[in-house]
Amino acid sequence: MIAEVGVNPEVEVVSRIEVDRSAEWVVTIYWASSIIWLLIASIAGLISSIKLHSPDFLGSYEWLTFGRIRPVHWDTAIYGFGGTAASGTLLWLQARLCQTRIPFAPLLIAGGVIFNLGVLLGAIGVLSGHSTGVEALEFPLWSMPLLVIPYVFIVIANFKMYFTRRSTHTYVSQWYLMAVTIWFPILILAAEACTNLGAVDGVAQAVANWWYGHNVVGLFATPTAVAAAYYLIPKVIGKPIHSYHLSLLGFWSNAIFYNWAGTHHLTGGPLPAWTITVGVVGSMMMFIPVITIGINHHMTMVGSFHHLKTSPTLRFAVMGSMIYTLASFQGSLESLRSHQEITHFTHYTIGHVHFGMYGFFAPLMFAMMYYAMPRLTGNEWSSARLIRIHFWCTLLGTLLYASAMCYAGIRQGFMMNDPTIPFLNIVSFTKPFLMLRTLAGLILLSGTIAFTINFWRIVQPHKLRFVTPTLLNTKRDYRILVEKEKELGT
Amino acid sequence: MITRNIGLVLGVFLTISASITGLIIVPNWQFRELQPVKKADGTQYPMPYFGEQLKGRNVYIDQGCIYCHTQQIRMKGYGADIRRNWGTRRSVPRDYIFEKPHQLGTQRTGPDLASIGSRQPSTVWHTLHLYNPQLTSPGSVMPRFVYLFTELKEGEALPAGTFPADLVKIPPQLQKDSVTQLMPTERGKALIEYLKGLNKTFPLPEAAQ
Repeated sequence: MIAEVGVNPEVEVVSRIEVDRSAEWVVTIYWASSIIWLLIASIAGLISSIKLHSPDFLGSYEWLTFGRIRPVHWDTAIYGFGGTAASGTLLWLQARLCQTRIPFAPLLIAGGVIFNLGVLLGAIGVLSGHSTGVEALEFPLWSMPLLVIPYVFIVIANFKMYFTRRSTHTYVSQWYLMAVTIWFPILILAAEACTNLGAVDGVAQAVANWWYGHNVVGLFATPTAVAAAYYLIPKVIGKPIHSYHLSLLGFWSNAIFYNWAGTHHLTGGPLPAWTITVGVVGSMMMFIPVITIGINHHMTMVGSFHHLKTSPTLRFAVMGSMIYTLASFQGSLESLRSHQEITHFTHYTIGHVHFGMYGFFAPLMFAMMYYAMPRLTGNEWSSARLIRIHFWCTLLGTLLYASAMCYAGIRQGFMMNDPTIPFLNIVSFTKPFLMLRTLAGLILLSGTIAFTINFWRIVQPHKLRFVTPTLLNTKRDYRILVEKEKELGT
Repeated sequence: MITRNIGLVLGVFLTISASITGLIIVPNWQFRELQPVKKADGTQYPMPYFGEQLKGRNVYIDQGCIYCHTQQIRMKGYGADIRRNWGTRRSVPRDYIFEKPHQLGTQRTGPDLASIGSRQPSTVWHTLHLYNPQLTSPGSVMPRFVYLFTELKEGEALPAGTFPADLVKIPPQLQKDSVTQLMPTERGKALIEYLKGLNKTFPLPEAAQ
């Protein structure tokens, strides 16, 4: 008998189909909830957006006042959508890469239910006036255990898969996924301790707050999405990643520099200059991981761009990885003091956040779902047209959103720095752009609705199946499938 | 294989521990010692929040004012905060020693409020502005906080438990409908007290340069 190189012979061989079967319920539940939260977050965002140019819209309900629905938008987007989409991604990707079944499935499903309940109660808490008042951590303290405990299950499952895998070598995506499960619990516990549990106050609390606010994107959403891109791009086009050494450099430089960058959110604030300088340095050093990861993703794609015509997964993945490069460049430059003098406190920041979250993180989560759902359920996507609508709405909505808000933000910043311009003139200058933002929000929401329809259909227990994968140019008629199923049923 | 796995876990753990030390523990050491300063009249600055102001601060938090208003003044030559008359000096860490949770804010969809109490000391102005921002600031995108006030028509009796002294008359030229007077609710009154108390103009020595 010949021993295979690089495998642990004590671990049994598990086929991909077995891996997917073990993941079917767990991952589908996480992703289905992520779509529901994305719809809720989008509607909350849309209401906030409309209120900012037409303040009387739904104006008589206290629970829908801007200062409540706006944090609910953020919290449901990052915890509701981001948390569940990333957790589903993490579990499926790690299981596939470790060639192992997902362990503790019932526990993880229970965890998913508890987590959703936590986000729901947290959002109701904020709407009913029980916000903690700490940006990015608005959920009342009593709802937080419901978010943290399920994550402990995910951490345990992830460690179990990683340390009992068959293959002795690891793939770059796995490093990121391991890192996320170590960072996120520490991050949220430290942040809650420093803010809502009152370990520190005053400006030190502000630093802790923005250390968290920046890192929840950088050490939770970003690594998960980068892991997805590292997995999906080579997988779909059938080529290895451009450079192993660059992956190493990208991973460690990201790990070292990102978590120092958060204080640039307080530029010009009542803090000693060194705290801000650290944040600026951290942000500028981020050019290293961003460029390395960018080279790795984009160079892998060179020569394979024609696959973008047909593969839904690849389209979303490449959109995500390209906007990752652009949004990160933008973010690093934004941290500079001369830049912040103008754009800090303006809509520019909001434009940047959405560019990153909806242009980079969300498309990579969608790409994961487009790739994995047919494998998990055994069904194919029911409509290529709905996928195309989803893609174009995501891309155009994000570009419109980011360009309108960033342009308005720059102008707004210059006007605010000119004390001869009355403040209300600035407000009226931004109104048309705020209306454009509402339009962008509507476009993004339409895309999500198209995706929801497709997702709803793929999780139905079909008796009949499409036999070929749904590509972007595939003609699919879902109605015929349903009609034939009815005939079979009678 | 084992050492490489441990290396990954340990390395990742160290990266975040480093930034917790540098950005949370160290600043906290630096600011923990800050004390209020004695003013010439025997009082101190800053003062901890209590009573009506504390209640009002909670209304400020629950209404999410932070999403459009900052409470921090940037130094001279960096932005136009002081030239816009939002403050008389830059804000410093000592200004915030009693802020729990902090309300520094990151958005200026509306103006800065660090010293709104010194800029707008009038109860009437705050009442009209919170009841309907269009009355005092036409074109504003601030929401109306109608629910923080009881609307009264001409000759209508005051709600039980309220004092005539708290009643605010809407100037005739600003009356849009039959509502002529406003009685703040308990929360409305507290919020106005808090806003009127926001004042970071006391010249702290370290803010001079």
